[in-house]
Amino acid sequence: MNDMTPTREEREAKLQGMGCKRKRVEDVRFTQGRGQYVDDLKLPGMLFGDFVRSTYAHARIKKIDASAALALPGVKAVLTAADLKPLNLHYMPTLAGDVQAVLADEKVLFQGQEVAFVIAEDRYIAADAIELVEVEYEELAPLVDPFQAMAEDAPLLREDIKDKTEGAHGPRKHHNHIFEWTIGDRTGTDAAFDKADVTIKEMLSYHRTHPSPLETCQCVASMDKIRGELTLWGTFQAPHVIRTVASMLAGIPEHKVHVIAPDIGGGFGNKVGAYPGYICAVVASIVLGVPVKWVEDRMENLSATSFARDYHMTTELAATKDGTITGMRVHVLADHGAFDACADPSKWPAGFMNICTGSYDIPVAHLAVDGVYTNKAPGGVAYRCSFRVTEAVYAIERAIEILAQKLGMDSAELRMKNFIEAEQFPYNSALGWEYDSGDYHTAMRKALDAVGYDALRAEQREKRAAFERGETREIMGIGLSFFTEIVGAGPTRNCDILGIGMFDSAEIRIHPTGGVIARMGTKSQGQGHETTYAQIIATELGIPADDIMIEEGNTDTAPYGLGTYGSRSTPVAGAATAVAARKIKAKAQMIAAHMLEVHHDDVEWDIDGFRVKGLPESRKSMKEIVWAAYNQPPPNMEPGLEAVSYYDPPNMTYPFGAYVCVMDIDVDTGVYKVRRFYALDDCGTRINPMIIEGQVHGGLTEAFAVAMGQEIRYDEQGNVMGASFMDFFLPTAVETPVWETDHTVTPSPHHPIGAKGVGESPHVGGVPCFSNAVNDAFAFLGSTHIQMPHDHWRIWKAARALGA
Amino acid sequence: MIPANFAYHSPSTVEEAVGLLARLGDEARALAGGHSLIPMMKLRLSAPEALVDLSRIAALKGVREEGSEVVIGAMTTQHQLLQDPILAQTLPLIPETSAVIADPQIRYRGTLGGNVANGDPGNDMPAVMMTLDATYTLAGPNGERAVKAREFYQGAYFTAAEDGEILTAVRIPVPPAGAGFAYEKLKRKVGDYATAAAAVQLTMKAGAVETIAIGLTNVSETPLLAEDAMAILAGARLEPEVVDRAVAAAEAITNPASDGRGPAEYRTAMAGVMLRRALARAAARAQA
Ligand SMILES: Cc1cc2nc3c(=O)[nH]c(=O)nc-3n(C[C@H](O)[C@H](O)[C@H](O)COP(=O)(O)OP(=O)(O)OC[C@H]3O[C@@H](n4cnc5c(N)ncnc54)[C@H](O)[C@@H]3O)c2cc1C
Repeated sequence: MNDMTPTREEREAKLQGMGCKRKRVEDVRFTQGRGQYVDDLKLPGMLFGDFVRSTYAHARIKKIDASAALALPGVKAVLTAADLKPLNLHYMPTLAGDVQAVLADEKVLFQGQEVAFVIAEDRYIAADAIELVEVEYEELAPLVDPFQAMAEDAPLLREDIKDKTEGAHGPRKHHNHIFEWTIGDRTGTDAAFDKADVTIKEMLSYHRTHPSPLETCQCVASMDKIRGELTLWGTFQAPHVIRTVASMLAGIPEHKVHVIAPDIGGGFGNKVGAYPGYICAVVASIVLGVPVKWVEDRMENLSATSFARDYHMTTELAATKDGTITGMRVHVLADHGAFDACADPSKWPAGFMNICTGSYDIPVAHLAVDGVYTNKAPGGVAYRCSFRVTEAVYAIERAIEILAQKLGMDSAELRMKNFIEAEQFPYNSALGWEYDSGDYHTAMRKALDAVGYDALRAEQREKRAAFERGETREIMGIGLSFFTEIVGAGPTRNCDILGIGMFDSAEIRIHPTGGVIARMGTKSQGQGHETTYAQIIATELGIPADDIMIEEGNTDTAPYGLGTYGSRSTPVAGAATAVAARKIKAKAQMIAAHMLEVHHDDVEWDIDGFRVKGLPESRKSMKEIVWAAYNQPPPNMEPGLEAVSYYDPPNMTYPFGAYVCVMDIDVDTGVYKVRRFYALDDCGTRINPMIIEGQVHGGLTEAFAVAMGQEIRYDEQGNVMGASFMDFFLPTAVETPVWETDHTVTPSPHHPIGAKGVGESPHVGGVPCFSNAVNDAFAFLGSTHIQMPHDHWRIWKAARALGA
Repeated sequence: MIPANFAYHSPSTVEEAVGLLARLGDEARALAGGHSLIPMMKLRLSAPEALVDLSRIAALKGVREEGSEVVIGAMTTQHQLLQDPILAQTLPLIPETSAVIADPQIRYRGTLGGNVANGDPGNDMPAVMMTLDATYTLAGPNGERAVKAREFYQGAYFTAAEDGEILTAVRIPVPPAGAGFAYEKLKRKVGDYATAAAAVQLTMKAGAVETIAIGLTNVSETPLLAEDAMAILAGARLEPEVVDRAVAAAEAITNPASDGRGPAEYRTAMAGVMLRRALARAAARAQA
């Protein structure tokens, strides 16, 4: 060997494969303002649509007069429910088995609801024209409080389904009831509570908030009437699902519907489902024969497209007096707004809320969820979390603190005592999940050591004493949370959307000179897929990541997939990528063996090629093998080198983590300062540590926002309060705490590369951690639970109520 | 998010601007930095038919000393107030306030004149100008007149300026050397209007307050001058009992709205806390 021969380390480094802090390739265009978003699209003759929206939360529409709008020069058409009815498009199906009005049919059910769609030559004319559409309303009593939804005299909201006693998920108990979903052993749980030494019960409200991606929802629809083909560009987290829906609704064969999701400026669950804007743009393009663009503004986004949370969770734990948890009982009142437009897998009307037993070995549990209608915007999407997992983790992680307080036990110790042991995995939870892997004790201990937990508690004791002596007006809270997520939906046996199983896909094609193009059924909205998928392929196939191009979002070229949300890209499409790569590798092995004139069992993989076992100098690099695949494949072998995989995951993956927050609170103003935030994440195999860190930073920032003030508020009349960034809390760099990140690695045993997904963990674990810090700060004054969001005035009010 | 149609004018002298406003009538509005007016227009809460942009009028810009007064041109931006050496020396309360208004982007465009002429109780400068006993120079079809900041604010978006008048300058008496000052503002985040804020300007003598002025922001329909609190403190030592009485007197004149920043009771209490903190900081800064 001469000196120029690269070492093994150099060869490996050149690949920039798994484990490498590779810089994000997509950032080259994003940081130069060269991303291509939907609103950058300008087509010849394109028109612009805008909505007339309801000013009331609940009202009957007496009359819509569009004549003045139609008289405005540049206005092409005004669509109302009356125009859509003959096409049977005034309602559209939701992913949750309900229907949602595309344009309000006789009644409006929430403020901001779509009433008419004005199409004009440009967006400025459209904005003038919507003011000219006169809608005459007769106000009806609004229903805002979900706790009043099933009162006997509660107003009837959904006249369209008033006679339906059966919903998509079973019987309806009341005209405003959507479903009741129960799971677990009710009698066994009741018995555990009867026998318990100690029980706690608290109604934990997880307030309504919004994913608020910086790019709002938008689309361009273009119907080519000659070819009979529809092209729809849009901000779609799940472009293939949108194609299926568009084909079904428009009656255009699916192969003639081209759905394209270009660059997306954040999704966080807001861009999974279909919105009236998409339907109206499509209809308008079909009617007018030209492209139609629809772009919502910030206030429309915050007040009308999918909200998140609004879960009111009465949570109970039973325990022995030494702190062994013996049972859990949860009832959720779920406010879904005017239509049930949750984006959950079909069979899961409350998502994966039944992960609420958390990281603990709880022998028996019962969960019941009642979904109700109110006069609020529809939604209930998974905002930076897998379906209802933030809600579930909030319930258990607050409850465990409340139990610790009642037992007079340190909550870290209580957690340690009840954790599922590493030896118990795979672990079957009381509410039906099989946790694939975990090592909770190690993670928790590492976190506690890293922050110097005992010293923090000692400092807190001193500060409390000083506060009680009147020497300071500042109190200190130590928030802990230990979460188990359930992501990577999911096995087709129990996860589907509109009947389509939640597999995902990858297609890898290697060109003769070694360049690779790979396409997936997922769609990045900022997660860095173009970087990380290439790293998986680089390691699997020994081809430098820089030679691999990743493409997503064009449904004509990408294989069918269910999209990106619920941290499913790495667990599902990442697995498909590895499996497809391995198919290619198997063929490459045959080719290499043929080239080396040995049996294929006699060659072995060696970073970026195959070598003859025992003869390391006899090797063929992937580059040589790839060329041979096109140039002189072995006899009886097809030329070419490509593979596709549709991966049906055998199980979900279960990332976990231990977080600690240290917070100082000024009781005179309610102003808080996050002194320290430590986040340990275990997402299994780590593909790109830098991207993981970025995802954790982003998720924690959104968790901080939600816990500390981000809220969609309604007044008693159902008016949306503060649907702009002046009021809706989006922290800037100034407010955002400094994040300390850490990790352990417990690979998923069933995933081809052992990866579990991480994008949402920090949000799931972060929210209870902040809330626990606030609650912990006030615990010594006798408080058991203070509801979120913890904005200044609410903290101040709590302090006052406690006599602080 | 798209304003209604409007005509745009860009005069280069005060006379021209006043003439345009007189000719265009009450559907015309002066445009300064645009960071209050344009958001209102985008929300279509305001739909002027014409805008008269003051930004090309050189005479409206800059800070200068005139005898015992500092004169600030209406079109001087918050950013310029923050950088200005004269203000840093003579009226440091002003840059201290500018620094907590909105964010850098807005401060590059937002002007002092726009901030004080706007009449929004959320603006920070009006209470500061009342505290400093500033005088506004207004130019209109009938020439110039002077109105005290303390008499200018009559209700939300309702001021002593007549239709067609523009504010050209703010004149502020220079406080004596050694005066103490502080602006304490509570807000939810960067770029937010005050939940409550308090301005204090004082002089101390022999351990007691000699002269004092107190302004409160965003806790009523208008900015407030806390006269009862001022009377309690003038001549007094800042003993806890005196401060408590003054704070209570200041809280008593507030009448805030309940909004996303908190319910009225909270905002009143915060006006008290901000005053307490501003007093302590101003007193510590003052040279007795
Ligand atoms: C996100 C955001 C946050 C903000 N936060 C704060 C804050 O914390 N504190 C704060 O004080 N302000 C805040 N502002 C407002 C900002 O300071 C504005 O710049 C200021 O209120 C108005 O000044 P302007 O020069 O932009 O005036 P414009 O918006 O152009 O005008 C405002 C009003 O004053 C009138 N006007 C302007 N100049 C004159 C003049 N010379 N004579 C007569 N009338 C005139 C206009 O006709 C208009 O009615 C914020 C604004 C934004 C967008």
